[in-house]
Amino acid sequence: MEYIPNILFAILLIAGVGYFAKNVKKLRRNIKLGKDVDRSDNPSERWKNMAMIALGQSKMVRRPIAGFLHVVVYIGFIIINIEVLEIIIDGLFGTHRIFSKILPDSIYGFLIGTFEVLAILVLVSVIVFWLRRNVIKLKRFLSAEMKGWPKSDGNIILYFEVVLMTLFLVMNATDVQFQDMETGNIISKHIAGLFGSGEHLHIIERVAWWLHIAGILVFLNYLYFSKHLHILLAFPNTWYANLNPKGQFKNDANVTKEVMLMMDPNADPFAAPAEADEEGEPEKFGASDVQDLNWVQLMNAYTCTECGRCTSECPANQTGKKLSPRKIMMDTRDRLEEVGKNIDANKGTFVDDGKSLLNDYITPEELWACTSCNACVEACPVNIDPLSIIMEMRKYLVMEQSAAPTELNVMMGNIENNGAPWPYNQMDRLNWKDEN
Amino acid sequence: MKVPTMAEYMAEGKQPEVLFWVGCAGSFDDRAKKITKAFVKILNNANVEFAVLGAEESCTGDPAKRSGNEFLFQMQAVTNIEVMNAYEIKKVVTACPHCFNTIKNEYPSLGGNYEVMHHTQFLKSLLDEGRLTIEGGNFKGKRITFHDPCYLGRANDVYEAPRDLIRKLDVELVEMRKCKKNGLCCGAGGAQMFKEPEPGNKDVNIERTEQALETTPDIIATGCPFCNTMMTDGIKNKEKEDSIVVQDIAELIANAQDL
Repeated sequence: MEYIPNILFAILLIAGVGYFAKNVKKLRRNIKLGKDVDRSDNPSERWKNMAMIALGQSKMVRRPIAGFLHVVVYIGFIIINIEVLEIIIDGLFGTHRIFSKILPDSIYGFLIGTFEVLAILVLVSVIVFWLRRNVIKLKRFLSAEMKGWPKSDGNIILYFEVVLMTLFLVMNATDVQFQDMETGNIISKHIAGLFGSGEHLHIIERVAWWLHIAGILVFLNYLYFSKHLHILLAFPNTWYANLNPKGQFKNDANVTKEVMLMMDPNADPFAAPAEADEEGEPEKFGASDVQDLNWVQLMNAYTCTECGRCTSECPANQTGKKLSPRKIMMDTRDRLEEVGKNIDANKGTFVDDGKSLLNDYITPEELWACTSCNACVEACPVNIDPLSIIMEMRKYLVMEQSAAPTELNVMMGNIENNGAPWPYNQMDRLNWKDEN
Repeated sequence: MKVPTMAEYMAEGKQPEVLFWVGCAGSFDDRAKKITKAFVKILNNANVEFAVLGAEESCTGDPAKRSGNEFLFQMQAVTNIEVMNAYEIKKVVTACPHCFNTIKNEYPSLGGNYEVMHHTQFLKSLLDEGRLTIEGGNFKGKRITFHDPCYLGRANDVYEAPRDLIRKLDVELVEMRKCKKNGLCCGAGGAQMFKEPEPGNKDVNIERTEQALETTPDIIATGCPFCNTMMTDGIKNKEKEDSIVVQDIAELIANAQDL
């Protein structure tokens, strides 16, 4: 009978981690629905970016208030989780505060003391975050795409953090043995009084302890269903981010093949395409759905935590156009989830559902409002690239559907006919020389 | 004004130091042509051996690519590369950040490998080599704010060359609240120059002009013919064209040199 709590704990742990692992597999599969793209070059630069941007939060602090609070919550969360290791060992082996037996009192006290201080700092930051979202009503949290689930999601995460931090402090405050050690209880000693004294303390302590670990496991599993996945995906996302100059848009290799053929004076226009059937259907230009994007773009979508810095920097959005780079990322993720569920429901294959990322999620009006200025890319604290998705979708609109706005068709017609976006004769290009 | 073409150089069996890629705006747009001429005057004055392609130049394909027409872009690119490679061009300078970005970043994988410089970078290098002197006489004490072109700044991380040149003019360089990495677009990029904006509550160039006006400048300096158009339109919209001028850095320098 005495092993029942240990067994229960093990079951809880396995269930929590197991379900999460299952969803991570699904996440990987969904991301891999994207096209291949090689981002393995220059690993040293990539590690550096990951260390600076994801671990070091260098782009977060460009906005000092949100950045500082975020760093507090981030450090707090990571460091306090060392405590989880102790909880897991205690839970599995039926020990109590195993580290206090191994480590000298002063060191154990220092550790727990640090966690307690961080827990309070996290609580304060989270409250400010909540106020920013719900009371101060910052513009970027009020956009159309932030209604409903995205808004609740943001708040639920904050509530989770409040509950977890509170449980941690309550657990310490009601632990008579720990309080008697008189070391490391910097914060909890002040709230210990609230709980009185007596046998019931032990019960409160146990309840808080169990709820704390259960809460952590629930939170872990919540990630997959939430924008909060960024706490994990920020790392690979910054590693695999584009390293080329932001103005360099990839040249489509399939188009190059055709262009080179057209430019080759020796090419036989009537020749049967050599081994054309190798790959079956000709490659589609651009993207109308998530499968047409590359896997880094899909990972970007799962990484986005909807902070909205991209949208608040976007010139189109600032001037009232429909385009919101954040919505581009959220739409991509939501559609990808829909495609993933479709695959799950159809025994591993995608069955056409008559929907697509284009039109059903992202409208041409949004895509055509982009000035390709890269402000969104620059603003993203984890190097997400909404612009590349917009450009792929424009490519589909123009090359597969000939659906460019009329004025752009005129401009492109001019380039084709006379080598300039305006209807001037190419032979007149040097006329300026002789004009006054 | 001496404007030799590559064909002329070739006929003499010579190679210029640099190809000046004029670009479509620089060739055809009345306002941008003034920038082209100002830059040429500076080059002439500094005895730089340059040449243009003239009628052999064609659109780089930037607006086509940004519109999504990859095919047209690559056709333009490959044609231009063929011309430039035939002339064995090594170094290119252009006063248009869009041409600059395209030739520098998107031509190499199609076979066009050149050292590409924005005209502000090129002028800065002339300055550093002592081939160009800038005296700020005409501008002393004026307040100038610089509008970062997206395709020079964020797209290629060039922020200092234009500013170094402006500082040489003995002026007060005042930065807008949104500058450098955080600069706001003028509204012309991504082929927006060639179409009406989508419905909204304001035009991007008006928003940017308002940011520029916050610095109470005498001059708004630009480094891109399209930004120049957008900011000029913005200033007209605000009825400030009598007190504020929008000028390219090349024009400011040519002015300072009384060229």
